[in-house]
Amino acid sequence: MPFIPHTEEDIRSMLAVIGVDTIESLFDEIPEKLKIDELSGVPEAASEMEISRLMHERATRDGLQQCFIGAGAYEHHIPAAVWQIATRGEYYSAYTPYQAEASQGTLQLIYEYQTMMAGLTAMDVSNASLYDGASALAEAALMAVRANRKIKSGRILVPETVHLVYRACTTTIVKNQNIELVNLPYCPERGITLPETLQQYADEEVAAVVIQQPNFFGGLEEVDQITDWAHAKGALVIAVNNPLSLSLLKPPGHWGSHGADIACGDGQPLGVPLAGGGPYYGFLCCKQEYVRQMPGRIVGRTVDLNGDPGFVLTLQAREQHIRRSKATSNICTNQGLVVTASTIYMAIMGPEGLRRVALQSHSAARELVTRLARIPGVRQAFSGSFFHECVIQFERPVAEVLQRLAAKNILGGFSLADTYPELENALLLCVTETKTPADIDHYCEALTSILSD
Amino acid sequence: MSNIPEELKYTETHEWIRSNSDGTLTVGITDHAQQALGDLVFVEVNAAGETLSAGDACAVVESVKAASDVYCPVAAELLESNGALEDAPELINSDPYGDGWLFKIKPADGADTSSLLNAGAYADSIAE
Amino acid sequence: MLIFEQSKPGRKTSSQMPSDAQLPHIKESLTDIPAALLRDTQPLLPEVSELQAVRHYTRLSQRNFSIDTEFYPLGSCTMKYNPRACNTLAMLPGFLNRHPFAPAALNQGFLQTLFELQEMLKAVTGMQGVSLTPMAGAQGEFAGVAMMRAYHQANNQSHRDEILVPDAAHGTNPATAIMCGYKVREIPTGADGDVDIESLRAAVGPQTAGIMLTNPSTLGVFEQRIQEIADIVHQAGGLLYYDGANLNAILGKVRPGDMGFDVIHMNLHKTFSTPHGGGGPGSGAVGVGKRLLPYLPVPLVGESDEGYRWLTESDLPQSIGRLSGFMGNAGVLLRAYIYMRMLGKDGMRRVAEYATLNANYLLVQLQKRGFDAAYPQRRASHEFIITLKKQAQQLGVNAMAFAKRLLDKGFHAPTTYFPLLVPECLLIEPTETESLEELDRFVEAMAEILIEAEQDSALVNQAPHSLPVRKLDDVRAAKSLDLVWRDKVDS
Repeated sequence: MPFIPHTEEDIRSMLAVIGVDTIESLFDEIPEKLKIDELSGVPEAASEMEISRLMHERATRDGLQQCFIGAGAYEHHIPAAVWQIATRGEYYSAYTPYQAEASQGTLQLIYEYQTMMAGLTAMDVSNASLYDGASALAEAALMAVRANRKIKSGRILVPETVHLVYRACTTTIVKNQNIELVNLPYCPERGITLPETLQQYADEEVAAVVIQQPNFFGGLEEVDQITDWAHAKGALVIAVNNPLSLSLLKPPGHWGSHGADIACGDGQPLGVPLAGGGPYYGFLCCKQEYVRQMPGRIVGRTVDLNGDPGFVLTLQAREQHIRRSKATSNICTNQGLVVTASTIYMAIMGPEGLRRVALQSHSAARELVTRLARIPGVRQAFSGSFFHECVIQFERPVAEVLQRLAAKNILGGFSLADTYPELENALLLCVTETKTPADIDHYCEALTSILSD
Repeated sequence: MSNIPEELKYTETHEWIRSNSDGTLTVGITDHAQQALGDLVFVEVNAAGETLSAGDACAVVESVKAASDVYCPVAAELLESNGALEDAPELINSDPYGDGWLFKIKPADGADTSSLLNAGAYADSIAE
Repeated sequence: MLIFEQSKPGRKTSSQMPSDAQLPHIKESLTDIPAALLRDTQPLLPEVSELQAVRHYTRLSQRNFSIDTEFYPLGSCTMKYNPRACNTLAMLPGFLNRHPFAPAALNQGFLQTLFELQEMLKAVTGMQGVSLTPMAGAQGEFAGVAMMRAYHQANNQSHRDEILVPDAAHGTNPATAIMCGYKVREIPTGADGDVDIESLRAAVGPQTAGIMLTNPSTLGVFEQRIQEIADIVHQAGGLLYYDGANLNAILGKVRPGDMGFDVIHMNLHKTFSTPHGGGGPGSGAVGVGKRLLPYLPVPLVGESDEGYRWLTESDLPQSIGRLSGFMGNAGVLLRAYIYMRMLGKDGMRRVAEYATLNANYLLVQLQKRGFDAAYPQRRASHEFIITLKKQAQQLGVNAMAFAKRLLDKGFHAPTTYFPLLVPECLLIEPTETESLEELDRFVEAMAEILIEAEQDSALVNQAPHSLPVRKLDDVRAAKSLDLVWRDKVDS
């Protein structure tokens, strides 16, 4: 019996203690007609050897291509130590640290994680993480409307340069909360949100403004101007960031005169594999004054009976298991294991390591984009500066180009044809430090040959 | 057993109400309520000037293990909150009817106070 | 000691960084970014060697209790063995290095696995459709209630604005209903632990959007009149939501779909053992009956002649939409698939059988040692409740003290003070993967604590004594918030 330790003798003696003859009689309170005899639709058991062979086949069936897709999930080198330690049983098979004294490992690690994220974003505090970047933006939107006591409206300005799935996910989650998400169009020449675009909302009540930096196109928004504009009219600023980029770019805590109020995003670039889309984790940081409006778990440092330092879950009265219908969110977990890996990643890489990964990714992306733009039939879509990700356009359908690149073992990027049709034949491509000069040559040669047909 | 001063009025939701000579009312939570909540760690009262109906939630008190809304006992205007609680919410535990008061209100004209309980009735309500 | 306190300026892990040879463009590479957009301070991150980091986080791990090291009978959480194969196989390079936006044609192994997982989950729950995208139980709940709302709106029933929730429910249930824009009405529990049917009858009406139920309930008993409840709610025009927190208790024995539920979420990290990971990542896959099929959150995985592909908004125009950036916690889904395949159809039934056997055995043994069951007249499901009300009154030792003392004896504590209905309660869930010997050791430990409580209550009340820290001051933690380390040199 897979994973069940009982011997025949164990079963007999346990049933005798309970005072029944069969295991089946333990289900005597369940109406008979509800019971099923057999589960159809589930195969017979596979041994570890059998399932291992099957999963190896599934994992290798499609080969692995050179990946130049970013669009919110980025391939980076991950030190071997990161996941070896994170998957130690003591982290892997523990649960939410309800019993603080028996969970000091997880709790201290989260406290260190909170410190690292506050450091990267230059914000005052961080929570213990949320599910992913997209749902973190939704939680940040809900939080901003709760926290902004001066503005009664639930209107939030969301540029179209914010990740399209983040916007979709936020809509799903907040749509029954009297929150109005207003799309802000982007500048077609520069691929960023121009501060002028905000002006039409100058006289309207706005609870918050979202800014993604770098934005979905990889472009760099004029964050100082937008932040100051928002604050001048009493709106909060929600930053969405690639945390790796913050080792190079101005952190949201320093935007404008007063800094962003909430910073969120996906922690995936920090030591988390692509893994087909997850698990990743969402981070959420904010100014001290809004800490009680934060959703999710938060760890605090305190002392024990002897006065020695220790760590506990704190501010739990905000949460669903106490506040029930008045909780800040229904969230009751973080992404513990992924945060564990990410914390170890940040500790190993350090500030210099993160900076060099970001620099190398960016310079490699510039190299590729500059060379691709020289190929006849390719142009860079926007004129502004970008970080490690950029939109290029072709003179023929992007799907066809991508298919032919794939035939040469290259995943050339994320097609914008369906989601930003106004950008004709546009492709969002990304380069990270994992790509060598030879890989970049390969992409350029492949595209040259495809477009010269 | 909890302390229930005779001179105050009460609600079934564990607020106490003191009538001041200037016609205003001071509101706090009862000794019974603070015992049930445990060590208080945070108090937040709505902004002064707000117009409230009887039964409107206008403050929150939090302990480590619980959080509870505090309700306005009668239709009123919220005048001020007890600023000392911001740094010392434990005053509610140590002196619920004195330094641990929560807020002051000015009852609306003709506000109905008939549903408030006297000390005996409140004692009965928590005896169950 | 914190990792930051081991940091020394200038210490680097050069073998983890891009090499200098790879960086010919670095010097000029930032000239393209305006200075106003660049960082001018170094972020507070530790500067340590790889060994220092490895040693620090290995040592921290040793300050945790976990299933791999201790019996972990945390009620409602299903802390069963997490087979190592599930992790190893889900972390094969072919899965880890796959971009979520990789074209479907180059993602067939992954998509086939998710498709088959959808099919198996339909089979074990008796539902018509499954979406794997919710990233935790609470998000699955959100998806479920949002689908109910979308259904009512599509059927001109928008006036239905109330969700019924038993007072014993998980706190997430009312919190979720509010997030979906509903009002919550609580339904009381009868003395036998089942929903009070008369109160339910009185509560339903044209305003009822649905009811959220856990079965077996959080009280560790099977809701015996479930079909009657289903009829009452359906006749009133409402829908039934199944909170799958306790699916382990009935796996392969009874299916929520057959009980009359219209929508369910499953906690794959519980029932399908994908681990809990110190508090996530979980997975809250949702299943629906026929009526709610059009509203499932996207993406789903579909099958056609050309192979497997993602189904998106264009395939399900009435979908409630997206809940995650990509495909939920995809790696968690792989682990659930592997686990389910290793159990097979008979193994699933045994999960429920042996989880129930272990729970009932433990309950009887604890009763023999002087502990009170909250519902002594009822059969335990896969978990049960002990109430220490008597001990708290007579000995001055409450449930939390018992829990802390159990830590000293090498057992993780059961769930304490939940459900809120039962005073001084311990909710105990042994799971099917624990041996008879381990259960007996737990009974002995509980009996010892009872004796200690009688002879030296201070010993129990001041527990734990043998852990890395003594009892922690959570009042101080909440009052003087210290959430982020600051270099003390500054202050």
